[in-house]
Order: sequence, then structure tokens, then C-alpha cells
Amino acid sequence: MKKWGSLALTLTLGAGLVLSGCGGNNASSTNSAATSSPASTATAGASAQDTLVVGRGGDSASLDPAIITDGESLKIDHQVFDSLLEYKPGTTEVEPSLADSWEVSPDSLIYTFKLHPGVKFHDGTDFNAEAVVFNFQRWSDPKSPYKFEGDSFDYYDSMFGPDGSRVIKEVKAVDDLTVQFTLNQPQAPFLQNLAMTSFGIASPTAIKEKKENFKNEPVGTGPFVFKEWKHNDSITLEKNASYWKEGLPKLSKVIVRSIPDNTARFNALQNGEIDLMEDVSPDDLSTLEGNSDLQKIERPSFNVAYLGFNFKKKPFDNVKVRQALNYAVNKQALIDAFFAGQAQPAVNPMPPSLWGYNDQVKDYEYNLDKAKQLLAEAGYPNGLPDTVTLYAMPVSRPYMPDGKKVAEAIQAEWEKIGVKTVIESPEWATYLDDTKAGEKDDIYMLGWMGDNGDPDNFIYTLLDKDSIPGNNRNFYVNEDLHKILVDAQKEIDQNKRADLYKQAQVIIKEDAPWIPLVHTTPLLAAKANLKGFVPSPTGTEYYSEVYFE
Amino acid sequence: MSSYLLKRIMVLIPVLIGMTIIVFSIIHAIPGDPAETILGQKATEQSKQALRDQLGLDKPWITQYFDYMGDLLKGDLGTSIRTKTPIAKEIVPYLAATLELTAAAMLFATFVGVNAGILSAWKQNSWFDYTAMIIALIGVSMPIFWLGLMEQLVFALKLHWLPSIGRMDQRDPVESITNLYVIDSILAGRWDQLWTVIKHLILPSIALGTIPMAIIARMTRSSMLEVMNSDYIRTAKAKGLSQFIVVYKHALKNSLIPVLTVVGLQTGALLGGAVLTETIFAWPGVGRYIFEAISSRDYPVIQSGILIIAFIFVFINLLVDLLYAAIDPRIQYK
Repeated sequence: MKKWGSLALTLTLGAGLVLSGCGGNNASSTNSAATSSPASTATAGASAQDTLVVGRGGDSASLDPAIITDGESLKIDHQVFDSLLEYKPGTTEVEPSLADSWEVSPDSLIYTFKLHPGVKFHDGTDFNAEAVVFNFQRWSDPKSPYKFEGDSFDYYDSMFGPDGSRVIKEVKAVDDLTVQFTLNQPQAPFLQNLAMTSFGIASPTAIKEKKENFKNEPVGTGPFVFKEWKHNDSITLEKNASYWKEGLPKLSKVIVRSIPDNTARFNALQNGEIDLMEDVSPDDLSTLEGNSDLQKIERPSFNVAYLGFNFKKKPFDNVKVRQALNYAVNKQALIDAFFAGQAQPAVNPMPPSLWGYNDQVKDYEYNLDKAKQLLAEAGYPNGLPDTVTLYAMPVSRPYMPDGKKVAEAIQAEWEKIGVKTVIESPEWATYLDDTKAGEKDDIYMLGWMGDNGDPDNFIYTLLDKDSIPGNNRNFYVNEDLHKILVDAQKEIDQNKRADLYKQAQVIIKEDAPWIPLVHTTPLLAAKANLKGFVPSPTGTEYYSEVYFE
Repeated sequence: MSSYLLKRIMVLIPVLIGMTIIVFSIIHAIPGDPAETILGQKATEQSKQALRDQLGLDKPWITQYFDYMGDLLKGDLGTSIRTKTPIAKEIVPYLAATLELTAAAMLFATFVGVNAGILSAWKQNSWFDYTAMIIALIGVSMPIFWLGLMEQLVFALKLHWLPSIGRMDQRDPVESITNLYVIDSILAGRWDQLWTVIKHLILPSIALGTIPMAIIARMTRSSMLEVMNSDYIRTAKAKGLSQFIVVYKHALKNSLIPVLTVVGLQTGALLGGAVLTETIFAWPGVGRYIFEAISSRDYPVIQSGILIIAFIFVFINLLVDLLYAAIDPRIQYK
């Protein structure tokens, strides 16, 4: 027993000594190793660096694009899968992808797509009309044998209607390279929807063989082939050598790493451990701009951050009160203070880059006298009698890096017109729950990022009465608005639709269910020699055109 | 000894059942609709309801609890809602990552802490003693978050000595076999990667090991001082043995018993509490795994994850008690 004890002791100390030996030498030996490594990457870069390392805040939830709704998952799927259509890089304009061309019947109910010939999935099987039919059946049939336990096809349901009110009636293969969609009713954003990453075409053979495991080992036709997924750490993709688009991809390997802390991620970029980072904090902007080895990349603004009034609570059902509070927010000051200038004041519930935006709508200017006057007209000459509960987001989002600070600034402004607020920031899940129930908050802060480049995805989703309960956390109901939005969904002519959305924005401005705050320009940063990266408004980019100089 | 072992293991059963009840009740007391959080703002009401049905969230708690325990007894830890992967399979790499980090942190903490404590006691009231104890005091109260970012700033960003994040050079990875990268790179005979893996371990293990290091140093010092004043040490000194032999051979062994307890407890605590370090250094460990599960209300992962950590914690305590008996035969268990 005694011997055993001293043996354990000796081992502990021995191990300690070895470690300390390493520790002592560390300084000098790592020094040489590490200084040589950035240098060697740099020289490799000069000839041709062909591996891209991306750093982002979170990991993917799943790699099957059909079953997820989170942006982090879509980013990877975008590299592995192609959809029938795609968005032109940097925009939300629809372009051919796996479908070369299409015809629409005069009643807008039948879409016939000609598929690109000679395309193969990563597993070597052929891409053809049957594969398209297989995928759409999998998503639409609730009893599909390829809908695995726990799967739900949320984006399919929300874009093409849930079971019972499907937009797509039938998908059939006319011949090997022709596929025909028959709709139950016309859907204006139909093509726009098809281009979403969620509707990437997967290899039927792989789904049949891998079953549940498909979500860990995706097989598509995209520019990169899935290689390895180390959860919460990294996802490795390799070049698809037989990619159907000539000359692409330019890189031979992409590694996407999850680095949750913003500062640590920025440190890693400066240290050369990653080449491209997402979600640069506005605080780091000056450091980024001062570093000539790095470049700043601005993603087109395609979001909105807002304060919503809870119509269930008095006196926020009173339009004059809502307008008064609209007059008492200085948006430009918020942008200067908390967004490092990387945002523009929001007037409407959708970003100006989106078609159908009404630039004739005038914002409520920052005018405290006007605000007081409106409050007086509403019957509150001395300000609101009760303290207002203002919900401020506890998490950082691309449209709102620091919700609490912004809320505090607004609190100070409102104090000036006699409106006392208490700021509450419960943890995120509770936050979403509370605002959806509408019992605790008087005013809440939230935002939205566009999915598919259609105004419907902002206005109808966030402010129509159909979206209660759900994303309309205002409990705002306006029948005139509802009629316009539903008409717009059925209208095929984009000019007419644009007019309808413009009318909708006028109504919303007058009703003031929100205080639209900002449209932010999310920031990315990369090594200076990274080229060919085109930031997309939807937040998912192809890495296929990226190369290093 | 063996009957003691058996008794200890029998005691574990109610402890673990108690754990499941506590964890289960706390999780279900947290407000927030899991379906909403898991599926996100963009999911439809229909699929949210489907998820609630699938998880049995509409059933009474007690039914949910017994369903869960039933599965657990069958060896089924459940399936993650977020990733839809069985937890038993999913958690292994995370556990390995945390194990590797904790081992490195505890090696650092024990070696530095024990030696600093010994030297402080040996040279009591010297400048070394004062400096070491002040450092230990700062170490205990150091916010890990700040320490980690400072380490990155100095050793990665300014000096370029060490990598700031991750577990190995991802551009040229070693294939995972055991998920302990030190061992994997040895198995693969990749000495270059072994070196980078060790380099990746240094900063996070110092960040994680600083608090236990300080605690161990203080514990060793006081324990050492006590032993140094005892009769047998006086005898050893009187025999004319050198200071070094007296301290390291005779005094150390007896002063290490309380230190061992601290090492055990700290190891257990680090295993579950490494969230901050894992976040700053992008270390894909079990702390972050559970933390992310909590923020997305991934009930099965939270339950089973905490249970596994609790199990390991209890197991380490058992191990410490057994080591106790091994080092000091006076300690008798009846």
C-alpha cells in the first residue's frame, strides 16, 4: 500500500516536471515555430493559397437543407447543394441554376423547367427530372418514407403552404431533363422561393442509403463536396472536381470553424488562423480599418430592427400615443453611437434595397415638441401615467448588436416627454415566448432578415393579421392592409404587386404599429488578398468564386 | 476495501436518481416554449405543434419524467432536438475535448500549485512566499474571460508564439480515433501535429487552470506548514538530512492528502464548468455543448449532459477517496 502511494506521488510529480520542462522551453521554441508558420502561409499565399478558413459564430444544426431554418446551417448547405434556380451573387435576383430555362403557362399555374444536362451528384449518380420529383415529394408528402423521425420541412411548409393548403399540386418528370410543376393557385414569388438554399436538390440514392444519417453526410451537386463535420468545431468541404460550372470552384478546400466569441474570432483573423470572418462587432471597426493586412466587407442591408407596440396593452392601442413615441426617437444618434455608422435609419418595415419599397413615405422626424403635443391630444398632457415595460433583446443579432444600450438611449429620450420606462431583458427563449404571448411587454424590440427577396416575406410575415400568433407580436390587425397583402400574394405582375406593397407601407406608416429603427449593414472582414467574395443580402454566399491573390 | 467500494457504489444510485429529479424539475421550470426556441421564428405553427407532440411536452411532467427514466434504463440517452442525433453518440467527441483540456489544465495547476506551495512553506515569510501568495490571491479572483482574452492578445496577437483558438491545425488535420488529439497524433505518428496540438492546449489550459492552481498553492502551503512543525520532521532535520530531502521526501507525502481532495474536487468542477474557456478558445467541449443546449432548450441534451457530468463528478470523488486510503493506510473504512 505504502509503495503504491509513493509510486502515485512520483508519477504526479514526474508528469508535472515533464510539463514544466515543456513550459520552460516553450517560449523560445514555439517562437521560432510560430513565426515561421505565418511566414510560410504568406509565401504559400503568394504562389496560390487554395484553402479558405472561415470563422463564424455558431455551428450548423444539420446539413440537410430541407429540415433546417437557421442561417448557420444554410451557409454550409449553400456550398454542397444547388437549387433549380439561384440568386445572382450580391442580389436577390433570380437566375438559372440546375434549371437552364423555364416556361410559364398563361394562367400561371404550370411551370415547365428544362434541366442542365450532364450534371452528377457527388456520389456519382445522375441529376435528372426524377431526382427533382423525388425531392419535392419528400418535402410535400407527410407520410414520405424519407421524412425521418423528428424531421419537419418548415421552409417548404411556410413557402409553399402547409399540408392541406399546398401551393404545389403536382411535380412530374416529362422526360429525363424536363420537369413540370402544376400549382393549385398562382403564387407570385414562386420562382423566388425555388431559388432558396432550402430547396437544394439532394441525391435520392444518398437519401435512400444513408437515411437519418443524410443530415450528417449531405450529398448534392454543389461546388463543394462534404468531407467532415466536427461538431461545434469545424466543417470541412473539398472541391467538387467534376462541378458542372466550368472553372469552378477556384479553391480546393473550405474549412468553416465555429468561434462563438466575437473578440476571439477577430483575434484569430488577425493572427492568421482564419481568412474570413462573419459578424464583425462595430467596436472592432476602427482596428479593422487600421490594419492593412485585412479588408472590410459590407453585406448589403437586407434587414430591419424595430420597436413594436403591443396593441393588447393600453394606451398603445391609441394611434396618437404610438405616433408620439415615433417622434421621440433620434435614429441617427443611435446609429452614430451604437452601430459605428454601419446602418441607416429605417422608415418602412422593409429595406430600401428591396423592390416595392415606397420612398415617398416620410418618416416621423425627431421632434419632442410634436411628441408632447400628440400625447396631450391623446389625453396625456403630463406624459403617460404608468411606467412602460420595454423589452430589449438579450442577444446580439446582425440587425441589433447591442439591444440593451439602444433601449437605454431610447429610455432617456422618452423620459424627456414624460414617458417612464423600465427595461427588461429576459433570456432569449423567454423573451420570444413573452413577446409572442403579449402579456408582459408593452413595447418590444426585435428584427428580421429577409429570406427570399420578396416584400411579402417582410410585410405579410411581420404585420398581417394571419401572422398572429407568431411573428406579428404587435397583435396589430388592419383589414384594409390584410386585403392588400393577400391580393399581392395572388397577383403575378410584379409592377402591380409593387404598387400594392407601396400602398401597404403608407397604411403602416399612418397606423404606426412599429418604430422602425435601422437597417444595418452587417460587417465581415477578410485577409486583404482574398478575392471574389460577393456578400449576399440573404447572408449565404457561394465560396466557389473565392480565390487568393 | 472491496466491501467499502461496493457500499460507495450503492450510495451512488440514489444520488444519481436525485440528480435526475433535480435536473428535470429545474429544466421544466424554466419559462420559454422549447418548440419556438428550437425551430426559430421562421417555423410554422403546425411544425411547432408537431414537435411538442413528439417531445411529449403537452403531457404532465411526471409522465415525461418516467418516460425519460424508462429510456435511460434502456441505455437510451435520448436524441438531440436541434441536431436530431442520438446524444450517446454525439456527446463522445465533446467529452473527449473537455477531458483533454481538463487534464492539461490540472497538470498545470497541480504542478505549479504544489511546487509554489512547497516553496512558500519552505521559505515562509520570504519575498517568494509573499509574491506567490499574492499571485495566488489574484489567480483566485481572476475572471477567466478576461484572462483568456489577455492571453490571446499577448501570446497570439502580439508575440505570435501560440495559436489563439481551436484544438489543432485544421488545414492539415489528424484523423480522430480517440478524439483525444494528443493521443490521436501519436497514434498517427504525426509529430508535427502533436506539437501544434500541444501548442493549442497551452493558452486555454492556463486560463482554465489558474483558479485551481491558486487554490492548490494555498492549500499545499498551509498543509505543508502544519507538517513541517511536526515531531517527525524535527527528527529528520536533527538527523542532518538536507532540506530538500526533508521537504520533498518526508514532509510532502503527508501534506498531500488534503491537497489531493482539492485536486479531485477541482477536476470535477472544471469538467462541467469550462464553458467560458471553451467559448473564448473555440474549444468544442461538453461545457459549450450543454450551454448551447440550454439556450436552445434542447431538453434531452440538457438532461443527459448534466447527468453524465454529475456521474463523472461522483466517480472522481470516489476515486479520490480510494486514493486517500491508498496513500494513508491510517484511514480505515468500515
